[in-house]
Amino acid sequence: MTTPGMVLRFSVEGGDYAAAGEAASKIKKALRKIGVDAGVIRRVAIAAYEAEMNIVLHALRGRLILEVAEDKLRVIAEDEGPGIPDVNLAMQEGFSTASDLAREMGFGAGMGLPNMKKCSDTITIETTKDRGTKVVMNFDIDDDGVT
Amino acid sequence: MNLKKVLEKTEARIITGEGETGRECRGFYVSDLLSDVMGHAGEGEVWLTIQTHSNVVAVALLLNLAAALFTAGAGPDSTTIEKARAEGVVLLGTSLPTFEAAGRLYRALTEEE
Ligand SMILES: Nc1ncnc2c1ncn2[C@@H]1O[C@H](COP(=O)(O)OP(=O)(O)O)[C@@H](O)[C@H]1O
Ligand SMILES: [Mg+2]
Repeated sequence: MTTPGMVLRFSVEGGDYAAAGEAASKIKKALRKIGVDAGVIRRVAIAAYEAEMNIVLHALRGRLILEVAEDKLRVIAEDEGPGIPDVNLAMQEGFSTASDLAREMGFGAGMGLPNMKKCSDTITIETTKDRGTKVVMNFDIDDDGVT
Repeated sequence: MNLKKVLEKTEARIITGEGETGRECRGFYVSDLLSDVMGHAGEGEVWLTIQTHSNVVAVALLLNLAAALFTAGAGPDSTTIEKARAEGVVLLGTSLPTFEAAGRLYRALTEEE
């Protein structure tokens, strides 16, 4: 039972550590409700969390959008923020510009974008300096993925 | 191993999830970096950490962890506790240093095999 055409939007505030993770958590609950395979939910949940954290840590504000189609799921994370000057460098494991405070809290391991890449089937990043960043991640649903 | 045994082995206390001590624990992960946990901890595992802010609850919830075990006497604030209660996340706390707690759990796991 899928709900093709379903679109959910969640806004995310930069710097709001207390609420961080709530959008990803709502996405996870929505996918569970429509009966998506647990393994797929796990991948989407991890990727969505990292995308949400990047808005909290690195941008001013943004949103997470979940799109449900027949055979795939899409998570879009777009923000108003500084943009990513060098995407290839940012994709490297361990690269982080997170603040000291964020690091003390256990963020800023530089593993967010690598985790997003690992968990999604395709990922594209569009970014403009001083404007913002848009990350689009697609997740295939296997034949037996959705019941 | 279930959470009751985890509590015994690490002399831990239950902070939230009093009724969940029968919950099965499929393994353990030790890290204070949230993205490292996101990328490597498995479903049903117990996570040992000294991070105590409310994002620990978000991570435990998203990964379906069996529990988060705060080590070295680290204690969560009331926001974290409230969030864990609301979401059904189990929080445990031990005054043992991380190495000691992990060592005891590792030994208990190998004795079970
Ligand atoms: N939405 C974003 N806006 C601006 N910069 C970003 C964004 N997402 C990631 N970055 C940059 O890419 C780096 C690596 O990101 P990531 O792998 O998630 O690691 P971390 O968030 O732990 O620093 C960040 O430190 C930051 O410099
Ligand atoms: Mg990140």
